[in-house]
Amino acid sequence: MKLSVWTYEGPPHVGALRVATAMKGLHYVLHAPQGDTYADLLFTMIERRNHRPPVTYTTFQARDLGADTAQLFKTACLAAYERFQPQAMIVGASCTAELIQDDPGGMAETMGLPVPVIPLELPSYQRKENFGADETLFQLVRALSRPIDRSAHVTCNLIGPTALGFRHRDDITELTALLGDMGIGVNVCAPYGATPQDLTRLGAAHFNVLMYPETGEAACRWMERELGQPYTRTVPIGVGATRDFLGEVAALTGRSVALDESRLRLPWYSASVDSTYLTGKRVFIFGDGTHVACAARIARDEMGFEVAGLGCYNREQARMIRGLARDYGVEALITEDYLEVESRIAELAPEMILGTQMERHIGKRLGIPCAVISAPVHVQDFPARYSPQMGIEGANVIFDTWVHPLVMGLEEHLLTMFREDFEFSDDAGASHLHAHAPSQPIRHAELVSASSPQPDTPNQEEDWTPKQVRGDGENSIWTAEAEAELKKIPFFVRGKARRNTESFAAEQGRAAIDLETLYDAKAHYAR
Amino acid sequence: MSAPAPATGCRDVPVLAERGQHEVFCGLTGIIWLHRKIQDAFFLVVGSRTCAHLLQSAAGVMIFAEPRFGTAILEETDLAGLADAQEELEREVDRLLSRRPDIRQLFLVGSCPSEVIKLDLSRAAERLSARHAPKVRVLNYSGSGIETTFTEGEDACLAAMAPALPDTDRRQLIMVGALPDVVEDQALDLLSKLGIEDVAVLPARHADSGLAVGPNTVFALTQPFLGGTLAALERRGARHIPAPFPFGEQGTTAWLAAVAREFGVDQAHFDAVTAAPRARATRAVAQAAEGLRDKSVFFFPDSQLEIPLARFLTRECGMRAIEVGAPYIHRGVVGPELDLLAEGPLLAEGQDVERQLDRCRAARPDLTVCGLGLANPLEAEGLATKWAVELVFTPVHFYEQAGDLAGLFSRPLRRRAALRLEAAE
Repeated sequence: MKLSVWTYEGPPHVGALRVATAMKGLHYVLHAPQGDTYADLLFTMIERRNHRPPVTYTTFQARDLGADTAQLFKTACLAAYERFQPQAMIVGASCTAELIQDDPGGMAETMGLPVPVIPLELPSYQRKENFGADETLFQLVRALSRPIDRSAHVTCNLIGPTALGFRHRDDITELTALLGDMGIGVNVCAPYGATPQDLTRLGAAHFNVLMYPETGEAACRWMERELGQPYTRTVPIGVGATRDFLGEVAALTGRSVALDESRLRLPWYSASVDSTYLTGKRVFIFGDGTHVACAARIARDEMGFEVAGLGCYNREQARMIRGLARDYGVEALITEDYLEVESRIAELAPEMILGTQMERHIGKRLGIPCAVISAPVHVQDFPARYSPQMGIEGANVIFDTWVHPLVMGLEEHLLTMFREDFEFSDDAGASHLHAHAPSQPIRHAELVSASSPQPDTPNQEEDWTPKQVRGDGENSIWTAEAEAELKKIPFFVRGKARRNTESFAAEQGRAAIDLETLYDAKAHYAR
Repeated sequence: MSAPAPATGCRDVPVLAERGQHEVFCGLTGIIWLHRKIQDAFFLVVGSRTCAHLLQSAAGVMIFAEPRFGTAILEETDLAGLADAQEELEREVDRLLSRRPDIRQLFLVGSCPSEVIKLDLSRAAERLSARHAPKVRVLNYSGSGIETTFTEGEDACLAAMAPALPDTDRRQLIMVGALPDVVEDQALDLLSKLGIEDVAVLPARHADSGLAVGPNTVFALTQPFLGGTLAALERRGARHIPAPFPFGEQGTTAWLAAVAREFGVDQAHFDAVTAAPRARATRAVAQAAEGLRDKSVFFFPDSQLEIPLARFLTRECGMRAIEVGAPYIHRGVVGPELDLLAEGPLLAEGQDVERQLDRCRAARPDLTVCGLGLANPLEAEGLATKWAVELVFTPVHFYEQAGDLAGLFSRPLRRRAALRLEAAE
């Protein structure tokens, strides 16, 4: 048993739903109790889909358990086929149905439905949403595709985009254009927009573009082995990654790289003097492994940030993220525990968070700006405007999205110069944003229990007391004078100043931090 | 004192009972409002990742204060019997309570998986209560989808609290149902003006509220989905005051009148106290309901509020009900409502969502009240919808909210009328 407050991923059948909902002409019969239909609203509300997900839930109740839940499944399966006439069906169990062991796959097989019926085995008590999507796509591809002649001109398949994915809709458009510029067509994009019949044509492509390893890697590996199609390893998010990706495509196809950079603005915007203030901003990056790896490269190499920490919630990518963290000289955080992420951020006190919707809320509480780079998603991650993450436009979008939450260059100076101004002070927050920066940055100890008083007893796991974290307790080594001076530093750099000064004091073995120490530290870290 | 009942109500009309896919939440969803209402309680769901994901998706991004609920997610070892579930639960609860010393009541909430593997949560609650008494009381109920639908979770929670309440011989009224604080305060104020002073509320906001129950207690429900709680309070010797529910001017007046009769409040005093708010409510409803008159409405089953709301919309807003679907119809609770609902609409209990959608499409109602999973797809088909869940999350009871309640239904229609998205002719 493990206590969970918020989860980064849903159960694996939600991953299967993401695949089914992305496709057309496929129907999913899910053996599940009443209540599991909540998953529909993820698609109809968060993604604003204008149709119901193609899912039939058998909706068994307690009274059915003693009787015949298997018959209920068969009836639902048959009714779904008759009503929706899909080209293919997938069948499986949600967590509760897994326990009653009705074997939906076996039953569906005996029903003699005139379309392919693909059973899904998704272990609900071991695996999670991304696995569910990856496995479902893999099973569909394995069941439906077969070797066929390659297309006459060079084409590829786009593999991995699903419903409820982070900007998948626009990434498909961007990549299609990018590949089009090199004279490469898209044979099939799957699962997003594909029908089961389309999947039978996968083999016509010359290679596969693995857009999101989280949801497409198993299918790509299988197609590499069985259909002889190589697949791309680089995920083209960021300027460098986009160039590397096209290089990889060129090597696979023998075509020369063609990249129309006339619309690419990130490199110049980043080089322009207005961006000088971005230099060395300490960022913490958290999300799914793929987006985190891409974001880390952009942050360091293309924005000039300092990566203060990074991690991912999907264990499937843990090894890759650990390796990456070593390259960046930081410790990787691999966890699905929201509270652990929160305390790591509080401890690192970065100037910005690149994270998921969860981290956006952590940022709100801590008074740290945050840009969202990865699922889990929220209704605002489905903007009406075109805003991909991949390719040329993706890089432009990322530049804007990451800079937007920060206090702008000259404003930063003005805040520092005239910090006592009653309207234009750090308590008011950045002038172009809603007043979201709390006037007293809330630190982790207060967050742990926003709705209740917290005693000043040490937290056993983390070994701090709330007062220590707030820095105003009797254990504080700050003198009143230095503390007051610290408060004159604008909120968006105060965390860094406090942290630097404290580690400087520790290094120097100073027992107290007075004004002198504060300015010594400032000089020490000057850059 | 109230508007007259129709010649033929719906109490005896046959009900279409359906069995098929239910497009409704399970009872766990009630935790989303209960954990805000009961301020020193924590709700620990013993379930799967799906349960955690449901709570997060239903409440999810709306509440990002650390919530007073969580899920103890069952893992392989728990299912295989390798880990002693009782011990595991004790460990998680110990950790939770040491981190949240403000918690005075802990609810262990059963889920589909915990029910299927027959995890004995009542035994767990007993053991944990003994372990953490007197500081924390541990209770259990089931919010599983195999047993409960959406609002039945609140019913199960309140019913679980009833046996644990202390005894009293006091002559008192208990108002039963979790209402927004502001609405609860308005109701208590009205009752006090009527001269009914000894009023308690279930659920109380805090464990030490002094709430007790006994043979001289009478109670009135403010929500129509509390049939189990009704039975549990009757087992404690308390007596139920049957009444329509306090939605709209008429419902509120009828509810207050039933309580006033019980406490012997004389008619003149009743009229004096209610006249002003009644007039306000009537005015507000008339204004908000302008766009609703003669429009048709179709209810998909959701919260069990459907019958009282159909009564409100047909009697006070001039709408015509085509179908009133409810997940469950408890005649002992909604009987007085059925008497007031004029014969005509199809009453449906349970659900086969595909067939119901067929009926809805055929009827093409002016307004469809349905869950979030259906609303956008129906809008895309050209039907105006009202998300049912908002009716549970918004203050809608009693006089001062009557206009807001009508407004919730008229807004989707006003919005449709306001948008000009086609090319100019």
